[in-house]
Amino acid sequence: MSPIMLELLWRSTWETLLMTGASGLISLLAGLPLGLALVITDRGGIAENLWINRVLGAVINAFRSVPFIILLVALIPVTRLIVGTSLGTNAAIVPLAIAATPYYARIAEVSLREVDRGLIEAARAMGGNRWTIIREVLVPEALPGIVSGFTVTLVTLVGASAMAGAIGAGGLGDLAIRYGYQRFETGVMIAVVAVLIVMVCGIQWLGDRITARLDHRA
Amino acid sequence: MNQHSPLPLARSTPSRLSATESSATDAVVRLVDVRRRFGETPALDGVSLTIHKGEVLGLIGRSGAGKSTLIRCLNGLERPDSGEVFIEGREIARLRERQLQPLRRRIGMIFQHFNLLSAKTVEANVALPLKIAGVPKSERLRRAGELLDLVGLAEKRNQFPNQLSGGQKQRVGIARALAAKPALLLSDEATSALDPETTQSILALLKDINRQLGLTILLITHEMEVVRSVADRVAVIEGGRIVEEGAVWHVFAQPQSAVTRRLLSTIRPQLPESLANMLSADGPGDALLRVDVAGDTARGSLIGDLARETGLGVQLVHGGIDTIQDEPVGTLFLRLEGSDAGALQRATQFLQRRGAQMEVLGHVADHA
Repeated sequence: MSPIMLELLWRSTWETLLMTGASGLISLLAGLPLGLALVITDRGGIAENLWINRVLGAVINAFRSVPFIILLVALIPVTRLIVGTSLGTNAAIVPLAIAATPYYARIAEVSLREVDRGLIEAARAMGGNRWTIIREVLVPEALPGIVSGFTVTLVTLVGASAMAGAIGAGGLGDLAIRYGYQRFETGVMIAVVAVLIVMVCGIQWLGDRITARLDHRA
Repeated sequence: MNQHSPLPLARSTPSRLSATESSATDAVVRLVDVRRRFGETPALDGVSLTIHKGEVLGLIGRSGAGKSTLIRCLNGLERPDSGEVFIEGREIARLRERQLQPLRRRIGMIFQHFNLLSAKTVEANVALPLKIAGVPKSERLRRAGELLDLVGLAEKRNQFPNQLSGGQKQRVGIARALAAKPALLLSDEATSALDPETTQSILALLKDINRQLGLTILLITHEMEVVRSVADRVAVIEGGRIVEEGAVWHVFAQPQSAVTRRLLSTIRPQLPESLANMLSADGPGDALLRVDVAGDTARGSLIGDLARETGLGVQLVHGGIDTIQDEPVGTLFLRLEGSDAGALQRATQFLQRRGAQMEVLGHVADHA
């Protein structure tokens, strides 16, 4: 592989990491509160409100039903509004984050829902209010699941960011399509896949380690 | 509500009974006609109950009898449909959640499954009620250390709950419940998930705390053994009603309701099957009596006196005397050797005079 190709591979890797990291961070910051809202407004939750719960659930389902490639195109006006352009790495972060947020909200919801109701009851019996229950019980107790779910989301985002390459987002997907696929450079294709494998394994390994360290459940 | 029947207590009424009879001014908890239904089923069907300062009240009932609903009404985790709940004189049944929160800090609670937070260390678990109450961190940690000393787990402070045994977890639960210096401790089947030995050590700890701190404790359980070990008074709940209430030794000596008798059957002597098979309803043969004694009645030389009074040989075939709350309580199965109708009548009169409860179970024809 030529030095130019290596340089390109390096830059694409960086772009993929940037897209994955930024959209992942946004989906964490937006998805976790959404997941929390789904749990606490549900029947028997600490802030039961079935109306909000249903609307929220429906919106999340709607976003999750749209195939990512369609979402990518449909969100172009929104992307332009936020980033100023619909091309490039920064532009790809918008649809990636919007797709990953409801996905992660559902994953976080599952972890939060698994928190033993007895613990919530114990916190209430101590005189804790809703905020205390969220801060001291729900989030810390669900944290191992919240982190491992975030790991899953990041890995999914690595794949999705490659798809975003199809509309000119840059990154490893873009490299693989233009050089590996369209110009039949098998070496580039293999290199891209190898980097992706290392990246996914690295993310998973790190996520698993953090989860294990956080997990004190029996 | 049942008043306990008059046992011959007379002079020997122990002083701890006086709490039962005193005015309601020292009541930490007072329930007045509390009702709660879930759909069609009433969980609480007009419960009135008082818990006095410094006492350990055991609330016993089978599962589904309404115990859990009742204990949850005391800290507002459950709202009664009607009736009044007074905690330290303040009516709480209709308070809003926000108003209940500071009040709940006056009430500690321990649970069957401990309900410790897995993500927090032992120390942080114990300190949590103080954190909720807004106590500064240094003070929280000092108090947590104190409490872990009290429950004998000082060296486990930096461990996580999953590194502890069941008994240790419950000790942490107790330390946590005591952190905010509550006026009342609620124990929701706190020993039901523990083995018998651990159960005894946890109960001993609760009793200690009750004596040392003068803490009022409501203990709900389905095991009479638990009531016997620590409670001063017992209330029996069935179908959402209190069917019996009184000093523990008193209720054990003279259970009034069928439910109480059934709950007691596991820890009180029952007629062995081998003997029951030999019984016939009428004579001829030796009469077999079941005699329940308690307090003074159980202290004297009852069997010797009975023998002298009837002129018969009196054989203790089963049963014995137990000590509950320092009072002798017992069930004796006595065989009157060579008894006839006249002797049986003399025996009955004598036992009644002595204040023992008796029942003629039948006659043993065979001289086995």
